[in-house]
Amino acid sequence: MKYLGLVLAGLMRHRSRSLLTLLSVMTAFVLFGLLDGVRTVFGEGTDTSGQDRLIVTSRLSIIQPLPYSQLARIEALDGVQEVAHANWFGGVYQDRRNFFPNIAVSANEWLATHPEIRLTAAEREAFLGTRTAALAGENLIERFGWKIGDRIPLEGTIFPNKSGSNTWTFDLVGVMRAGEDERSSFAGELIFRYDYFDEGRTQGQGTVGWYVVQLADPARSNEVAQAIDAMFVNSDAETKTQSEKEFNLAFAKQFGDIGLIVSAIMAAVFFTVLLVTGNTMAQGVRERVGDIAILKTLGFTGGAVCLLIVAEALLLLIVGGCAGLGLAALGLPALSRALRGQLPPLEVGPDTWLIGLAIMIGLGLVVGVPPAVGALRLKIVDALARA
Amino acid sequence: MVELKGVVKQYTRGRQQVNVLHGIDLSIADGDFVALMGPSGSGKTTLLNLIGGLDQPSAGTVEVAGRRLDQLSGTELAHWRAGHVGFVFQFYNLLPMLSAQRNVELPLLLTALSGAERRRRALIALELVGLAGRAKHRPSELSGGEEQRVAIARAVVSDPQLLVCDEPTGDLDRHTADEILALLQRLNRDHGKTIVMVTHDPKAADYARRQIHLDKGLLNGDLAA
Ligand SMILES: Nc1ncnc2c1ncn2[C@@H]1O[C@H](COP(=O)(O)OP(=O)(O)OP(=O)(O)O)[C@@H](O)[C@H]1O
Ligand SMILES: [Mg+2]
Repeated sequence: MKYLGLVLAGLMRHRSRSLLTLLSVMTAFVLFGLLDGVRTVFGEGTDTSGQDRLIVTSRLSIIQPLPYSQLARIEALDGVQEVAHANWFGGVYQDRRNFFPNIAVSANEWLATHPEIRLTAAEREAFLGTRTAALAGENLIERFGWKIGDRIPLEGTIFPNKSGSNTWTFDLVGVMRAGEDERSSFAGELIFRYDYFDEGRTQGQGTVGWYVVQLADPARSNEVAQAIDAMFVNSDAETKTQSEKEFNLAFAKQFGDIGLIVSAIMAAVFFTVLLVTGNTMAQGVRERVGDIAILKTLGFTGGAVCLLIVAEALLLLIVGGCAGLGLAALGLPALSRALRGQLPPLEVGPDTWLIGLAIMIGLGLVVGVPPAVGALRLKIVDALARA
Repeated sequence: MVELKGVVKQYTRGRQQVNVLHGIDLSIADGDFVALMGPSGSGKTTLLNLIGGLDQPSAGTVEVAGRRLDQLSGTELAHWRAGHVGFVFQFYNLLPMLSAQRNVELPLLLTALSGAERRRRALIALELVGLAGRAKHRPSELSGGEEQRVAIARAVVSDPQLLVCDEPTGDLDRHTADEILALLQRLNRDHGKTIVMVTHDPKAADYARRQIHLDKGLLNGDLAA
């Protein structure tokens, strides 16, 4: 610790340059914290997704519909407890920018397969008893200021209405809430009844977007998944059964490979940081050849001088990096709120901190070691003669 | 204190071998104050660096305070310097970001002393050179003579037996130079430091007990002052 003053003195020799470098490191790690938070969420799917649920989609593509007739056959399989079905509606509320997932679901079975959706008895009754009923996640309610009893119109962008207009109207009968300390995937979603949807649409009756299969025993999930796909192999509608987590990932990948995009952006950002800090360190050490020679004259060994310089680089990276990640940690909840539940809650998790710390140390060594080795090799008499 | 026998120093400049010192025999007694004089390029700094353990001879033996410096590794030499020798240079060579006191403390960082003890000793050394009042000043806030006093305080703070000074007054006016030389003389007389000082200035050399002359890498003549 007694050398800290010496390390700081080294950095303060060129105060503005060190400060600018620190800022660039900080900015890079703010970006890293935000993007890695987003990447983590896409990678994970959602915490609440039980491993005891399987999703059955068409083998061809997740937007290819499946025949309703498969439902009964899946239900009859050993190990299957309950089967719900759903369809992506893609309706627009007022403006395209108001995007949120809205999904037609088989009401009874959906609630049975998704026990994490908390409803009051009255809400449940209203949903099951009203053909035009809809449930909205709590973030959605807050976002648009909806109240129970409101009539919510959605423009069907994929599914026109038989009535000739594209407007579908739903009665909001309840709010989907998560239990305390639970993250929810549905906080930003709206669900409504499949029977209303299927009768109202002009085409595709009797088809299903995907099935949700609740298992009697999560340990048998692989076996049941294979049994389902085997049942429909060589039929007109071959299926692909995967865990809910895999399904969420596949769904997100429709919009692009988030992990790859994030990695590419971060590689570019960190490369820039490498150049900036590398330059700061190299220049700083070059300007301080005389100082380094004096320290060695006073009896500091080559190794000690080496460590001082590596410590300087590490300090720059770790202070800047932690400040950046800290800012990202403060900023992500705000970003989450701004997205209003379109994504599960974003945060700078322990994994992000660990990866971040590893990057800080790695970059610190990469930019610190070369000038440190230069200082190690520096011959006192040459440096003094030059100074 | 210092025993040099047959010391040769060569530098390789590109393909060329340059002989700077050609077989120096030199003995300096404990408690002596030696002025090393000679024309520019005669090898004074080179010789001083060998005595101070900053460099190694190409041949010959260098023994200082009972240690054969020519047999030590770079790291051993660094440890030896920290304990046995203080350096004073023409251009002071203080660290610009550190206060006078923290500059003086630098050699003590290599010891096991506590922070409080390091500060205390640094202040004593500054007091010795008459600069206790400037402890918190940065080098840029000091005059040349004051900077050199700080450098001398740094050289004596860990109480080495030997001080090597390379043109310590080369950058100072007559009056300030005399003050610095008187200070060195006091360190020699009252504190028993052995001093080897390179200088071009005959008046500076008069402060020493003994003068030796280097010419083209050879010692010639030895005058007791
Ligand atoms: N590191 C080095 N590499 C090559 N040659 C050197 C080196 N250091 C010194 N020399 C050469 O050795 C000779 C003696 O140099 P030195 O610095 O010892 O002289 P000096 O007597 O101290 O001169 P001055 O009075 O100008 O300080 C010079 O010719 C110098 O060019
Ligand atoms: Mg010289």
